[in-house]
Amino acid sequence: MRAAETKRNNRSPGTGHGSRSSADWPEDIHRVLRAQQVRQVTYVPDSGHARLIELVRADRDMRAIPLTTEEEGVALSVGAWLGGEKSVLLMQSSGSGNCINMLGMVQECRVPLPMLITMRGEWGEFNPWQVHMSLATAPALAAMGVVLRTVDSADDIGETVDAALRLAYNTCRGVAVLIAQRVIGAKQFK
Amino acid sequence: MKHRKPVLDRRKAVADILKERRNALVVAGLGAPCWDIAAADESPLNFYTWGGMGGAAMIGLGLALAQPRRRVLVITGDGEMLMGLGSLATIGVQQPRNLAVIVLDNERYGETGMQLTHTRLGVELAGVAKASGFRAAGTIYSAAQLKTWIPRLHRQLGPVFAAIKVTAQPAPMVLPVRDGATLKTRFREALLGAKALE
Repeated sequence: MRAAETKRNNRSPGTGHGSRSSADWPEDIHRVLRAQQVRQVTYVPDSGHARLIELVRADRDMRAIPLTTEEEGVALSVGAWLGGEKSVLLMQSSGSGNCINMLGMVQECRVPLPMLITMRGEWGEFNPWQVHMSLATAPALAAMGVVLRTVDSADDIGETVDAALRLAYNTCRGVAVLIAQRVIGAKQFK
Repeated sequence: MKHRKPVLDRRKAVADILKERRNALVVAGLGAPCWDIAAADESPLNFYTWGGMGGAAMIGLGLALAQPRRRVLVITGDGEMLMGLGSLATIGVQQPRNLAVIVLDNERYGETGMQLTHTRLGVELAGVAKASGFRAAGTIYSAAQLKTWIPRLHRQLGPVFAAIKVTAQPAPMVLPVRDGATLKTRFREALLGAKALE
């Protein structure tokens, strides 16, 4: 889902020159992943991440790894790091709850884990079942020692993700970037 | 279906497997598999888990993908594998040639009072692995079968899966390091050298 309005914007902090659309944020993230030499990108697909997943799948230097459940990506990050590779986990807010126990291992073993989370349940949400985990995403992840960053403007996403990845890999922590539903647009059921 | 009683000794099975290890990397599932591995072949290239139940096979996948030239052995228990059953599908999709997942299947939850697991109650893990796309998958009951399988675990094009049916006989606890950051750092140092500390 793209942002409802597209802005022409000449300001592009750390993500390139010239005018760009705020709808380019998946490309911004992909550029950051490449710059930081991320090799394993795990995900349970979310429509908010659809474009980024396409870019990762098309990138010969990365491995796109679909999961049956998000906690698999948490465990994989430990193995990847043991083997000397960087990984990133993509999910929707509803998947964050599936990660909780496994995040204990990330904390105990001091393994870097950037989590890029598209939010449901907070901006014009249609589906009531989404709201509960959305409200719990930040407190639940914080309870497991994950550093949290929220970003609600498309132009800030690239820079925020870049900073989050640096923090994760430099300090060996879980770091979650919560990408606001306002940026992606609420899914239209009717 | 009539239940076939396990007869293999877990300590001997693990010792026989690890004798042929060469430079393989090992991920140990929590509980008895850790004691078995520590007893047979302690090494900084064993990553012992003391939690994260359900995650051992996925740790193995991440490691195998990061180190395609090294053999990776996940040696875990049936309870732990059952908690991460979906990971067999995720591994099947990725087809890592260098990964073997080995379950020491005593059909019990060993750390919590020896309660029966699903594998005592009709579920066949090797069948799940085969249907998930593992190149080879089998259930091992006898010493002769194990002897045939050991070279496959180390050298067959993966992903390879084996459930080794072992008795519920307890063996002496041999406790490896339990500090997670230490386990991570010593593994990375042994594998990656100075780069591990950057």
